Amino acid sequence: MSYLLKRIAFYIFTAWAAITINFFVPRLIPGDPVQALISKERGQLNADAVHSLYVLFGLDKQQPLWQQYLDYWGQLLHGDLGLSFTFFPSPVSEVISSSLPWTLALVGITTVCSFLLGTGLGVLAGWRRGSWVDLVLPVTTFLSSVPYFWFGLIMIELLAGPDSIFPSSGGYDPGVTPGWDIDFIGSAVQHSLLPALTILISSMSGWILSMRNMMVTVSSEDYITVAHAKGLSDRRVMLGYAARNALLPNVSGFALSLGLIVGGTLLVEIVFSYPGVGFQLFQAVGAKDYPLMQGIFLIITLSVLAANFIADLAYLVLDPRTRKEG
Amino acid sequence: MIEPLIEIKSLNVDYGLGDEAVHAVRDVTLTLHRGEVLGLAGESGSGKSTLAYGMTRLLPPPGVVAGGEVIYHDPERGPYDVLSLTNSELREFRWAETSIVFQGAMNSLNPVHRIGSQLTDAIKAHDPRGSRQAREARARELLNLVGIPGDRMESYPHQLSGGMRQRVMIGMALALEPKVVIMDEPTTALDVVMQRQILGELVQLRERLGFSVLFITHDLSLLVEFSDRIAIMYGGRIVEQAPAKQIYTDSLHPYSAGLLGSFPALRGPKRELTGIPGSPPDLRAMPTGCAFHPRCPKSFEPCAQEIPVLGVPDAPGGSDRTVACWLHPVR
Repeated sequence: MSYLLKRIAFYIFTAWAAITINFFVPRLIPGDPVQALISKERGQLNADAVHSLYVLFGLDKQQPLWQQYLDYWGQLLHGDLGLSFTFFPSPVSEVISSSLPWTLALVGITTVCSFLLGTGLGVLAGWRRGSWVDLVLPVTTFLSSVPYFWFGLIMIELLAGPDSIFPSSGGYDPGVTPGWDIDFIGSAVQHSLLPALTILISSMSGWILSMRNMMVTVSSEDYITVAHAKGLSDRRVMLGYAARNALLPNVSGFALSLGLIVGGTLLVEIVFSYPGVGFQLFQAVGAKDYPLMQGIFLIITLSVLAANFIADLAYLVLDPRTRKEG
Repeated sequence: MIEPLIEIKSLNVDYGLGDEAVHAVRDVTLTLHRGEVLGLAGESGSGKSTLAYGMTRLLPPPGVVAGGEVIYHDPERGPYDVLSLTNSELREFRWAETSIVFQGAMNSLNPVHRIGSQLTDAIKAHDPRGSRQAREARARELLNLVGIPGDRMESYPHQLSGGMRQRVMIGMALALEPKVVIMDEPTTALDVVMQRQILGELVQLRERLGFSVLFITHDLSLLVEFSDRIAIMYGGRIVEQAPAKQIYTDSLHPYSAGLLGSFPALRGPKRELTGIPGSPPDLRAMPTGCAFHPRCPKSFEPCAQEIPVLGVPDAPGGSDRTVACWLHPVR
């Protein structure tokens, strides 16, 4: 129990540090959004318009940094992440909540699938070492070294096109109105197939390799020989003894990848112009949209922390050695 | 005592295949009788453990049984060859007839499962229809048998000391009341006090339950004390086999004598510790003739020429011993 409390204290501290850094970093980047807008309008703005822009963005008040910091915390606690510059006057929370489901659905489902499939194949490959399953290895090694975005571009080049069923960009057909109906969901699924395949293929091989290697390591442990000598069935030894123990490192890896779901596949979303958080972050950086950037960073940070916490909990459940008595 | 239980007949075990193969066990013939403790001693790399893994078909790859038979005299079903059992027959045979306590006492228990579940899964695998309560009662009984309180069922291996873990393993080995328990250096990882204690309990258990023990160790002093008969292995072959007392008082093979001269006597007058000069043979390039001749203080002409055959020696000491040495021609 004290272990858990220590972990929670650690996460609270980390969250505070991350939020603070999150506040400072955009302010240390040179340039401001109004200047960016002015150059976008090619100087066709008069002084009044420029001033009103500063007022609109709340950049006219010459507050000291610490005052801004306190205000930032005050707003944060009210769930107010400020107004987005690029999607003005929408609040950042609204902008993020429009893109978050896309990312969660696409990357979330594929990450879980890739973990389950990869781990399962890894268990088999490790257990049946030396059989034909080993042929999987060179392929997975190759695929795991291929970057997402490059693989995505190749997929678009090869599979997408005017006559293909795979659309090359977007989250749904522009002719369909978003809503919970067959047309929209069908279109969304169709649009997500190619990015999902890209993520699945390039991330699954990592799970296969790590799980196979752990299986091979665990297979030579004495308790595996004991389990065989006890006359347990091969399946029972493979799952209950070998895979159960080999799974531990993969579980923490999986929890970390859950945390990266929100922001980690930025490149895939850019390549496929997918309306998710990653693509939005990309746009926000381009437009120097501080509030949006901060908001997205915040969400990413918190989800990574939450995932770490889940990993800690999972470890407590799966590995009795981490449980301290007391 | 006379009735054979397991007869190993000219067993050969190789590591690897073809010309590259290393012959770790060569032409070993050994009989374990009902109710006896047979000690198997030898230096590291002499093939003791390989023999145990080979006869139970637990050899890790690239180990393969290259030939021979392991006849198990099943009291109910009559004799059969363990090496020719099908996989499902083998699973049934394992643990129910022959159980093993392994060398790595500390790592023989799976760290992520409770002691109780590791005891009961062996029982369940052999009797899937038994009730959960019956299995747990049996597991508790086994723990008590080896002197561990029953509430340790809920413990994980890391919560037990090394000695307790080895007791759990011994209890586990007795779960299905096997006729044979193979002990592969079961106490090597423990301190001397714990070794004696556990072995003492083991001897009592054997008297109570009547199983046979194949006890493998490099510690000949332990064997002299705890076993009925001792077989000495060198370079993958059995070089001498005799009742424990005879080995101790008048060993015939110079290697046995060397082993005995390598540890202090527990009782009786002090002896000079001699040890054996040289090092164990390289299994990939065995010496010609008797494998021991390069290290043997008494080697003479035929030793380097021909391999001595294991047989009953033409020497005093009775007919229940065998030796493979040119000094002691076979009768």
